[in-house]
Amino acid sequence: MRELSNAACIVGAAESDEIGVLPEKSPLSLHLEAITNAVDDAGLTINEVDGVFTAGQYTPATVAEALGITPRYVDGTYVGGCSFMILVGHALAALHHGLCDVTVVSHGESGRSRVGGPRARDQSLNSQFEFVYGFYGAPSYFGLIATRHMHEHGTTLEDWAQVAVSTRAWACLNPRARFDQPITVADVLNSRPVCYPFNRLNICLVTDGGGAVVLTRPDRARDLAKPPVFVRGAGEGTEHVLMTQMKDLTFSQATRIAGEKAFRMADVEPGDFDHVMLYDAFTAGPPIMLESLGIARPGEGVAYFADGRSTLGGSLPINTNGGGLSYTHTGMYGIFPIIESVRQLRGECDARQVPDVRLSLVNGMGGMLSAAGTLVLANEA
Amino acid sequence: MQQSLDRPLPEPITPEARPYWEGLRNDKLMLPTCAKCGPFFYPRVLCPTCHSRDISWIEASGKATLYSFEIAHQALNPGFKVPPPYILALVELDEGPRLLTNLVDVEPDPAALKCDMRLEVVFERLTDAITIPQFRPAGAKASEGGA
Ligand SMILES: [Zn+2]
Repeated sequence: MRELSNAACIVGAAESDEIGVLPEKSPLSLHLEAITNAVDDAGLTINEVDGVFTAGQYTPATVAEALGITPRYVDGTYVGGCSFMILVGHALAALHHGLCDVTVVSHGESGRSRVGGPRARDQSLNSQFEFVYGFYGAPSYFGLIATRHMHEHGTTLEDWAQVAVSTRAWACLNPRARFDQPITVADVLNSRPVCYPFNRLNICLVTDGGGAVVLTRPDRARDLAKPPVFVRGAGEGTEHVLMTQMKDLTFSQATRIAGEKAFRMADVEPGDFDHVMLYDAFTAGPPIMLESLGIARPGEGVAYFADGRSTLGGSLPINTNGGGLSYTHTGMYGIFPIIESVRQLRGECDARQVPDVRLSLVNGMGGMLSAAGTLVLANEA
Repeated sequence: MQQSLDRPLPEPITPEARPYWEGLRNDKLMLPTCAKCGPFFYPRVLCPTCHSRDISWIEASGKATLYSFEIAHQALNPGFKVPPPYILALVELDEGPRLLTNLVDVEPDPAALKCDMRLEVVFERLTDAITIPQFRPAGAKASEGGA
């Protein structure tokens, strides 16, 4: 496994032309815009892409067809919003073995405007054992995790609110972020109740948008338009889909497995990072990820946000793009934290740039901490 | 009395889950069980612990504890018409398996709810074919309506 460390680099990263509310764009257009922009960012052309990786509404064949290319390697692994972290890990292996030479990992989703048709999946288990009680959609499930964490660790509503406050402060420094006004703990506690223990400001945005990253091997990467970002480690895991099957709601086994694998591949320790991106569909997610990854002890993840370590000038800046909570969240948010990590490692982030970033952690979840994908990214091999 | 249908019915009933739904029709909470490892949930053709295919069914006691909960303050599913607030719960049966369900006969207020509180099953008849298991605090008195 160690031979995969640094076997590929992210050489291009970009969003679709716009993100936000885009009722005039199909998800496929969002894919194509993001891919075009990411390939441009790399200084490559679409005809050089021979690996197409995507998750969600379209198979890689549809994305490749729309691009007008005939790839020789495809991957459509689809386990929720962290699929894009996992696909970067799969690209690492595929590139290492020469199964393709230039890989694009792409996302496009009309999460807000709902342009295009729905996905058809078997929901018979959800229908029989969840929907009949009123469970439906992520905000009806994730609070179960937060409530149990409060019971076992004494975590408070104020603690969860600190995550939203810290993340909003970063959004105020990102011109692409949807929200640009700071908030307080009181603002979160006084926002509209949605599903206890979460109010509106504990829950991510719902937007339209796309994103893509381009990967190739280091020999090629060094001659391209931007400094390469090395994939030093990658890991993935899944634990459950239905909430009744998650053994300990306060600790994500999928995240632990993904993190341990990525850290071992990269030869790093959980405390080595100077920049962290954590999938924040809900305020309870990032603290529990810190705990499950071994960065914080159980129950102590919220302290990173409450004491300012997560903010600009803090010792461990977290979710510097403004996160799913305040920047953008299309439904499957996972491509966007990868893009932010690449930009931080390249030093492209202007007002929100973290000084001297060398080692960045990206951790995503699928479903309700059901699946996880972890990446260790660095600007040197 | 059968109340007007205020929630989406389970659809489709999968073949593996038929004994569960048939049990509920007779006010019995049935669980698939492995001869070696005991009961599990949801119904499937193998034991998720030892992977034995020797699965039978037992009737659960209906006693449980509250593992976690939420209080829905808005409709999260357009097809779910129970007026909020109502309680979304994850309960742990004394036999071990966990179920998602609702709590009834208790205020939808965090002050009235505590993880690990004792619960007992109540059967809510939705149609002639479908009854669902809900839970209330152990020893609570039945009230009218609720989730
Ligand atoms: Zn067994």
